[in-house]
Amino acid sequence: MFDALSNRLEKVGQTLRSRGRLSDADLDQALGDVRAALLEADVELSVVRAFIEAVRERVSGENVSQSLSPGQHVIKAVNDQLIEVLGGEPLKISYASKPPTVILLAGLQGAGKTTTAAKLANWFKSQGRQPYLIGTDLQRPAAVEQLRVLGGQIGVEVYSETSDPVTVARKGLAEAQRLGRDVVIIDTAGRLSIDAALMAEVRFISGAVNPHYTFLVIDAVTGQDAVHTARAFHESLTLSGLIVTKLDYDARGGAVLSARGVVGRPVVFASTGEKLADFDLFYPDRMASRILGMGDILTLIEQAERSMDADVVADSAGRMLSGQFTLDDFMAQLGQVRKMGSLGGLMKLMPGMTKEMRDAAKNVDESQLDRIEAIVRSMTPKERRDPSIIDGSRRTRIAKGCGRTVNDVNQLLKQFDKMKKMMKTMGRGGMPQIPGGMGKMASMAARASAASGRDLPPGFEALGAGLQSGARPAPASSGPKGKKKKGGRVTPPKSR
Amino acid sequence: MTWLLIALALALLLLALLLRRRRGRARATAPRRAPMPEVLVRDVAPIPTLAPSERAASLDDRLASSRGIFDRVRGLGASGSLSEAELEIVEEVLLRSDVGVVTTTALLDDLRANGAPNGVAAAVRGVLEASFVAERSVRDYADADRVPVWLFVGVNGVGKTTTIGKLAWRNTNEGRKVVLAAGDTFRAAAADQLERWATRTGADIVRAAEGADPGSVIHDALGRAHARGADLVLADTAGRRANSTNLLDELAKIRRVADRAPGQVVETFMVLDATTGQNALSQAKEFLAAAAVTGIVLTKLDGTARGGIVVAIERELGIPVKFVGIGEQAADLIPFDPADFVQSLLG
Repeated sequence: MFDALSNRLEKVGQTLRSRGRLSDADLDQALGDVRAALLEADVELSVVRAFIEAVRERVSGENVSQSLSPGQHVIKAVNDQLIEVLGGEPLKISYASKPPTVILLAGLQGAGKTTTAAKLANWFKSQGRQPYLIGTDLQRPAAVEQLRVLGGQIGVEVYSETSDPVTVARKGLAEAQRLGRDVVIIDTAGRLSIDAALMAEVRFISGAVNPHYTFLVIDAVTGQDAVHTARAFHESLTLSGLIVTKLDYDARGGAVLSARGVVGRPVVFASTGEKLADFDLFYPDRMASRILGMGDILTLIEQAERSMDADVVADSAGRMLSGQFTLDDFMAQLGQVRKMGSLGGLMKLMPGMTKEMRDAAKNVDESQLDRIEAIVRSMTPKERRDPSIIDGSRRTRIAKGCGRTVNDVNQLLKQFDKMKKMMKTMGRGGMPQIPGGMGKMASMAARASAASGRDLPPGFEALGAGLQSGARPAPASSGPKGKKKKGGRVTPPKSR
Repeated sequence: MTWLLIALALALLLLALLLRRRRGRARATAPRRAPMPEVLVRDVAPIPTLAPSERAASLDDRLASSRGIFDRVRGLGASGSLSEAELEIVEEVLLRSDVGVVTTTALLDDLRANGAPNGVAAAVRGVLEASFVAERSVRDYADADRVPVWLFVGVNGVGKTTTIGKLAWRNTNEGRKVVLAAGDTFRAAAADQLERWATRTGADIVRAAEGADPGSVIHDALGRAHARGADLVLADTAGRRANSTNLLDELAKIRRVADRAPGQVVETFMVLDATTGQNALSQAKEFLAAAAVTGIVLTKLDGTARGGIVVAIERELGIPVKFVGIGEQAADLIPFDPADFVQSLLG
């Protein structure tokens, strides 16, 4: 639907490359593209305007550095500004000196409040707290049942009764105090910001329990309306922050910027999947790249996440680097890649590919892959685990089994061996010797594996300033103790 | 084949590392300390809200509270062509109603070409109404000896279950015998929610335990509907993101099951939340491909959101809006009327 902003700005940049400075006209053109990109990402129009002005101030008059093209320069300014606006001062949850710490969730219908309440409780539990849930949504049929089921799944008690929301909240809080719980999360009914009666009701709930934190739950697919909703809730409840949900969708999520732009409170948590563990603190740099639709890498990862089983891939990558890669792993990965679509298309997105390789990839005959699969399938499980046992007679048998020649089998085994050695070298952080155009790609992979996760390998920087945000060293000491997600965002059909 | 394997392996490794890094970064990156920027926007000019004509009282309330930009357009006189200033105002109205950049640009081009002989407002109304040309009658009959099925699909939290409840109410009121199939076996208590609606409307319901196969629930519902001579089956499905191949495949399978004798899928409704932005277009594309969507139910139009993205959906994909949800009561789901919708889109 819309070319990634970086590509568009790159085009602008090419015409300007010879000049050392951005003229006003160049800047207008570039910012026009930024405006369109932000609107396509669902950032609200008045927020877009204010944002563009801020970027203009940042860029104009500045000298364009030698290493960045003018287009990249603008992208960098936009990205920095985005991170500044999205990031701000992180909200550190401090716990009440006299427990419990009370948290109130509010939002429109269908934003995901009930699920978020349970996810938040689960998060607090992982922080070593003892959360308690109160369900005051007496409006939607079975909303309290939903909360009870979710509470049961994470082992957190849920309080509710069929009186009225304010009473439920008050009694629930008293019950939590009696039980000695230190975090209380109150789920409320979804309400429209223009529904005066329901907005008054949520104010009464807030007045009755005096929450330490009030979060607006907002859906990442929200459009222009995000500003009205956020502002109305902020005016009624004085929000302490935002929780953004459904970040696993392919929406750009400009609503986050809109809401952030009008209420001036930070986004604290992000919900990224259907599982209760798919919930974490919010990371502004990721959101910035996402809003801008940056970079092939992101597209690639999104495409991968869409169709690959992330656990399978991650597991076999670990074995690859430790040199324990087997033909079974290879088959599993090959299957995953083929699920993603054509190999040529995949190679096109891969960073560090030379033009010749791209062309060659375009012409890859998919039946070659079929042949490889056929050869491996003709091996016994034992042979696949340990190809070194494959002797002459086994080779003959395999060749017969798959209808290829012994020479083909030999070639495959030789290649596999080479590949395995190469991976192992990279796993130790070394640089494998690879002839030809693949060296660049290999070196990127090597650097990626050697990098500790704090900074991106230099090769990636060329892909757009959007990813550079990740290159800044992060203070390790204040790093959040986020829980490692066990489940991938890709849900295999069976788990539903 | 010599280089192919190596390239493939490198590609796989790189991908795997990137995937791992992306998950790892969640832990590694600490929020940076940047000064909290000022609130970006202090004054958000309200845009006029949609208020269906049926609810006159609230319509007045809302019009009184919303001083629309479009009032300015109304004030502009008739002219052969539109000035850039006029077009800019129109652009703002459309963009802020979630119509989207591409469609807005196209509409503005139309306006430039057509001019505004009867005033700007009439011209804008004209080009917008011209976007809604698809046939939007609702099919409620099936072939002989088959039970008509309406299948409901959509992302999470758009109001699928509520929409089914409202349509069950509408159809039982019109004297039809309705069976509800609780095909959302994923979300906790979704079937309970639908059961409340069944009790309220007197419809029959078929449900299964949480985590059951949605196809089997719908299959059972078809069997019961056929045996009891029901007139219509409303089949719920779990909310799902539209960018997951697995979830879309599951949906395609559900549709195949529902379309097997004695059932026949005569309508597949994509339920869409009016607050949704540009992502709605990709949702519509994916659901159209996976489940052959025949119509859209636009919900939550009683809020401040305008649902302008349906203009883009109908123009680009030709999927008509068939119902709109305008409130929480059972009766608050009405057939879509393009003229009313355009009117409210423009304030």
